[in-house]
Amino acid sequence: MSSETMALSPHAVETQSLAERLHGWATTVDHKRIGVMYIGFALIFLVIGGIEAIIMRIQLALPNNDFVSPQVFNRMFTMHGTTMIFFVAMPIMFGFGNYTVPLLVGTRDMAFPRLNAFSFWLTAFGALLMYFSFVGGFGLYGAGSAPDVGWFAYAPLTSKVFSPGHSSDFWSLGLIVSGFGSIGTSVNMITTIVCSRCPGMTLNKMPLFAWMNIVMSGMVLFAISPLTAAQIMISLDRYLGAHFFDTQAGGSAVIWMHFFWIFGHPEVYILIIPSFGFISEIVPVFSRKPIFGYPIMVGATVAIGFISFSVWAHHMFTVGMNSWGNTFFAITTMAVGVPTGIKIFNWLGTIWGGKIQFKTPMLFSLAFLFQFLIAGLTGIMLSSTPFNWQLSGSYFVVAHFHYVIVGGILFAVFGGFYYWYPKITGKMLSERLGKLHFWLFVIGFHLTFDFMHIPGLLGMPRRIYTYEAGRGWEIWNQIVSVGALFQGVAVLIFVFNMIWSYWKGKDAGCDPWDAWTLEWTTTSPPPEYNFATIPTVHSSRPLWDLKHPEDPDWKYE
Amino acid sequence: MSSTTLTPPLTPPPIETPWVLPSRGKVGMFSLIAAESAIFTIFVVAYVFYIGKSISGPTPREVLELPIFNTVCLLSSSLTIHFALGALKKGNRAVFTAFWALTIALGAIFLFGTAREWHHLIYDKGLTIQTNLFGTTYYSLVGLHAFHVTVGLFGLSLVLAFALLGWVKQEHYGRVDVLSLYWHFVDVVWIVVFFVVYVAGR
Amino acid sequence: MLARVAWAALPVFLIALVAVAAEPHDPALVPNIFKPDSTPADHIYGVALFVLTVTGAIFVAVFSLLVYAIVRYRAKPEDDSHEPAQVYGSNQIELAWTVIPVLIVVMLFLATARVIAQIQDAPPPPGTINVTAVGHQFWWEFRYPDLGIVTANELHVPVSEPAESTPTFLKLLSADTDHSFWVPRLAGKTDLIPNHPNSTWIDPHHTGLYLGQCAQYCGTQHGLMLLRVYVDSREDFKAWANAQAAPALVTSTDSNSEAGYGRKVFETTSCINCHAVKGTVADGRFGPDLTHLMSRKTLASGAADNTPEKLKQWIKDPDSIKPGSLMPAMRLTEKDLNALTAYLLTLR
Ligand code: HEA
Ligand code: HEA
Ligand code: HEC
Ligand code: CUA
Ligand SMILES: [Cu+2]
Repeated sequence: MSSETMALSPHAVETQSLAERLHGWATTVDHKRIGVMYIGFALIFLVIGGIEAIIMRIQLALPNNDFVSPQVFNRMFTMHGTTMIFFVAMPIMFGFGNYTVPLLVGTRDMAFPRLNAFSFWLTAFGALLMYFSFVGGFGLYGAGSAPDVGWFAYAPLTSKVFSPGHSSDFWSLGLIVSGFGSIGTSVNMITTIVCSRCPGMTLNKMPLFAWMNIVMSGMVLFAISPLTAAQIMISLDRYLGAHFFDTQAGGSAVIWMHFFWIFGHPEVYILIIPSFGFISEIVPVFSRKPIFGYPIMVGATVAIGFISFSVWAHHMFTVGMNSWGNTFFAITTMAVGVPTGIKIFNWLGTIWGGKIQFKTPMLFSLAFLFQFLIAGLTGIMLSSTPFNWQLSGSYFVVAHFHYVIVGGILFAVFGGFYYWYPKITGKMLSERLGKLHFWLFVIGFHLTFDFMHIPGLLGMPRRIYTYEAGRGWEIWNQIVSVGALFQGVAVLIFVFNMIWSYWKGKDAGCDPWDAWTLEWTTTSPPPEYNFATIPTVHSSRPLWDLKHPEDPDWKYE
Repeated sequence: MSSTTLTPPLTPPPIETPWVLPSRGKVGMFSLIAAESAIFTIFVVAYVFYIGKSISGPTPREVLELPIFNTVCLLSSSLTIHFALGALKKGNRAVFTAFWALTIALGAIFLFGTAREWHHLIYDKGLTIQTNLFGTTYYSLVGLHAFHVTVGLFGLSLVLAFALLGWVKQEHYGRVDVLSLYWHFVDVVWIVVFFVVYVAGR
Repeated sequence: MLARVAWAALPVFLIALVAVAAEPHDPALVPNIFKPDSTPADHIYGVALFVLTVTGAIFVAVFSLLVYAIVRYRAKPEDDSHEPAQVYGSNQIELAWTVIPVLIVVMLFLATARVIAQIQDAPPPPGTINVTAVGHQFWWEFRYPDLGIVTANELHVPVSEPAESTPTFLKLLSADTDHSFWVPRLAGKTDLIPNHPNSTWIDPHHTGLYLGQCAQYCGTQHGLMLLRVYVDSREDFKAWANAQAAPALVTSTDSNSEAGYGRKVFETTSCINCHAVKGTVADGRFGPDLTHLMSRKTLASGAADNTPEKLKQWIKDPDSIKPGSLMPAMRLTEKDLNALTAYLLTLR
């Protein structure tokens, strides 16, 4: 147990010019810098995607509004959805994974540092390519207008006939490129976790966040690849005149749906599973107890990973599958509720009997528990096929998935920010601003997404740019739009907090939360090599063992 | 779970030494292969789904011939690469280089065969990717595989160049082995493609 | 603190849900899925209530436990500095909260499976009206093959009373992209997909107007692809069907009336490439059938009321009413435009 404590000299004072520093970032292969770049990149796109959402909400605040034209509105929801999923949620998960996983498993870098940098730049390039569609270029007919086919781009809307010009090409090329980036990062993540754990860290002693990341990465391999394949097919259709999704030549529009959702459904679990990881790190620390039922937590995650590959057609209950298909996908979908429930209950078990400290990361995590519960239950409603025939394609679905994605993932990510920011920068985020951010965001979130269920129940379809008065939808849409503004202000406060605290925040020290995992043994921010000597561990809470040598964890494992 | 008694610091059980974990190259390659298999699966599914759904000719039965010779070449290249590695493991670099070159030759013959087949289909039978659903799925599936063979050949040739320069030594066995995994994967995919396109689909 | 707010959010949410049931608007025109008026919608309503009850119960149980734990186990200032007892798990408890959800899932699944079969595998009873609905960008075509009717955007069906049921079976096709047929009070939605025929059925119990709209994104004007279903009494439906099956009122082209001149304009402009008027040379199928245009309450699938002014505006510049619709502006002179409108007004 000698190697775990170490005093490291602080960074060499930086005396580089701005150009040198930028060059340093652009050419870095250090997992921490790449992680920070992923996160920064995602935050920029969060603001962009958020502005697109605000534009939609202004348009929908009043019936028969003409703040934007239908064409612009359609581009807004397409780009909003695509951006948020591929350029916000995915990169932010990869960013935190990149930053923390090598630290958590006690190694110095990712398994393939250069591949890591390459993957980041692929993702960034894919995003730029997609956003370039707003600008376009000379000789590109129809460029300068972003894609407007929706984030799942159902065929045959993406064929040359219905989507002339190049806007849809930007969509599929951007996703192919960033998809390769995601696959690269996942290969890297899996290899790092499998091959670079520090001595003593057997699989059953690995921090849950690392477990969640390896499951997530495994899912990426099997989920993003079908998307890539399907995007290649679209490109073949559009450029070489192939007929994969050409209904005139006997092609099938439905097979695109299958291909998309074989990706699309696991994708949403790809996003939620690392969020589970955040919660599984934060909740124990602020309840001062180990995670309840570690083995079953791992088992449940793996189970979710597997089951989620057999449920995709619950997005297709209305496309006219036969009753066997409809029944099969209902039961598999409902089955996911069991392992997910296990996770919720185990977090509850972790809190139970603890001494809960209401620090900002914990506030976000607790809100996550409530909101994810509700979101999951609306998911169960959607999975009941006949009920889905009414709810599908309506604002109820939009409410369901924002409840999971914003109320679940985004809350977990904010928790993660408050939790790891001290490690990343060496400064604490302001607790006061943090609490303000939290409460404003909670209010905004509930105003927006609680009330969004109702127009759905009243028959309001999604993706409509306007609606008539007198259908009973106005008041709900107004509340929803007001809530979005609250969220915007809250995000502004968050961004301000990060900038302000970077210069003015309290010093964090190595271990501000009195936590138990390896990243807290090294300095904040960690040196480039992470650990002066590679640590050895005997349990999943090495720092607990160190702090309580008379009652270490390994006695019980 | 035993009850706790307050004791002075305990000594943890020893850690398993040496601490060995799987090789990075292999784990990385297996992950990549997993992703690649998923891509191929989608193309195979599309092929199978569209069998017999073309609304105009030609049909596979009319134009496809069994590429037996090609298949034999590609599959035997899996054997030769295996022999090459066996030689390298023993440190026999000359035998390694010879078998490695043979592997490349077999792969190249396969590619050439595919090119001839396509030429025949396009110019004699008038089947292009635009002709019908069969053309669409056939060229994309076989083409995707041929693309992988090309990438594989590129990697193999690089190693051959290094070997001829005398840079590939026994201690590089691990890395070369990782490359060979990829080549085996390309071969296995061909078996699937062969059965789907030339046997079941005809 | 958190708990208090969370508790406050709950009633808000529940009140809001209740508000759905107690709609202040003209209830008939709110496409509320909780006001079903047709057998498939009734079945769905039933299973929906069941699912809502079960999930509601889960919600209350888990929510209460969470709140209790958070309040009970918060760190208190008077606490000592010791860490709480370190508990690593408990097999019995974990088994319990695996098994109970499994049972709940089985229950939910059985209820679901039953209703799927009830709705989807129902055989058409005798006396069924057959309609073929074709989705177009961005309007609906309705064909009654047995009655020789082609119309657009406003579907007429007879009421179906328990005593003598006359359900309507719809065959759903698409001419271009995907659409979805959704009239919430009558049935759940079913998509219209090119090259993939679907079907659905409704048997409305009361006469009246039921609103719906396209529920699958189909392009620029997906937002204004509205749908109206008129449920007529048996007699009214018969009268309507007879009127629709008749050819258009003939307006002589050589009379000096404005309408006559309008007909000439109509038949010599490209209108006839896209529109059909039964009994004239116009037999285009790209746009809605105009034979009985004036029998419809709205224009362009609900984008505007069918008034002479709106009609004229529509022909002059469709984009001013429905931007992105696939009908081009015709650039007619004011005189021709007026005459054309006058002619269309005769198509009753
Ligand atoms: C991170 C994202 C995420 C997550 C985690 C989920 C989780 C779930 N989702 Fe969701 N979903 C989306 C993101 C997500 N979803 C998105 C983005 C879409 C729409 C895409 C689009 O159309 O644009 C969508 C759409 C969607 C649909 C299709 C709607 C439609 O378009 O017709 C369905 C239908 O079944 C569904 C169901 C579910 C279910 C059953 C879960 C389950 O995993 C939930 C499980 C959780 C619980 C059940 C709660 C906790 C459990 C307990 C307390 C135990 C006791 C409970 C029981 C026994 C039931 N989702
Ligand atoms: C990670 C995923 C993610 C996230 C975080 C969000 C966040 C939000 N989404 Fe998103 N949404 C999707 C994924 C996501 N969404 C997807 C996949 C779709 C489907 C697309 C499709 O149908 O194709 C969708 C669709 C969608 C719709 C439906 C469009 C339609 O069907 O017509 C709406 C409508 O209200 C909406 C609103 C919002 C709002 C208000 C937020 C808010 O939470 C955003 C909060 C953030 C900000 C506000 C930005 C930060 C702050 C500033 C920029 C400062 C300036 C602010 C102000 C001036 C106020 N979203
Ligand atoms: C290129 C094809 C095209 C041409 C030419 C065309 N239309 Fe149309 N028309 C359409 C389409 C498509 C619609 C349906 C638009 C929608 O609802 O989105 C339509 C709708 C209409 C409607 C409303 C029908 C309804 O049931 O609500 C009227 C009236 C009409 N057209 C009249 C005309 C007249 C008069 C002309 C000639 C001066 C004309 N159209 C020329 C394609 C065309
Ligand atoms: Cu038709 Cu949407
Ligand atoms: Cu899903």
